[in-house]
Amino acid sequence: MERKTKVTAEEGKHDVVITRDFELPVELLFKAYVEPEIVEQWMGTKVIKLESQKHGSWQYQTSDPKGNVVFSASGVIHELLPGQKITRTFEMENTPFGVQLEVYEFEKLTDNTSRLNMHVIYETVAQRDQVMKLPFVGGINMAHNRLEEVVTKMKQPI
Amino acid sequence: MNLRRDVFQAIADPTRRAILVLVASQSMTAGAIAANFDTARPTVSKHLAILTECELLRQEQNGREIHYHINVQKMKEVDDFIEPFRKMWDERFDKLEEIMKAYKGKPNA
Repeated sequence: MERKTKVTAEEGKHDVVITRDFELPVELLFKAYVEPEIVEQWMGTKVIKLESQKHGSWQYQTSDPKGNVVFSASGVIHELLPGQKITRTFEMENTPFGVQLEVYEFEKLTDNTSRLNMHVIYETVAQRDQVMKLPFVGGINMAHNRLEEVVTKMKQPI
Repeated sequence: MNLRRDVFQAIADPTRRAILVLVASQSMTAGAIAANFDTARPTVSKHLAILTECELLRQEQNGREIHYHINVQKMKEVDDFIEPFRKMWDERFDKLEEIMKAYKGKPNA
């Protein structure tokens, strides 16, 4: 099975490299990162603010159906070269994970294909490992929630 | 969670990773493994002990010899640690690609 997205995380280091090839012209891939309406669609989060320029700042927020904020992240854009590169910081608010430095490199492969190279640098090795485990932990929680749901349904009188 | 961390410490070392690659193709004695490295024999023995301790390798008595086997299940566990993270990004990027393909189809895009 072909793995489109590659993740390289060497043990004992505090960074991760994520690489992905897209069947998209590099201009469109870049657009998906700078247009707030498009970011909202694929990230599945609300974009409170996204100033796609040098010294611009950004803020994303996700709420559950009841309106409680479940995810809030923000940062500052340090460099933005259209169609080529974005350097920004990323911080998940109210978490102990610190600030990440993210370098996105957009590369044209052919007229209709492109590559994204995402280099994420964490403050410490421990923070990187914790953040990388989030989907792992999340997956377990999700499975538990589903189990709870099923069990609750079973408990209800028929 | 402690054991898990030990596993990652175990594979952090390049010699230990090389040992795992070596043993992955066939089970071997400590002597046969050591013959592949310039490192002193006791050092290789120490690496083998660490790999065995965190269950990446298993010892098996074969007559008078002890053979080292790779523990596939444990190796899978190491891979599983990154897999949900990779999958999360893969799904996000799939969505991005899908949205932008539709976007490309729009007039004035």
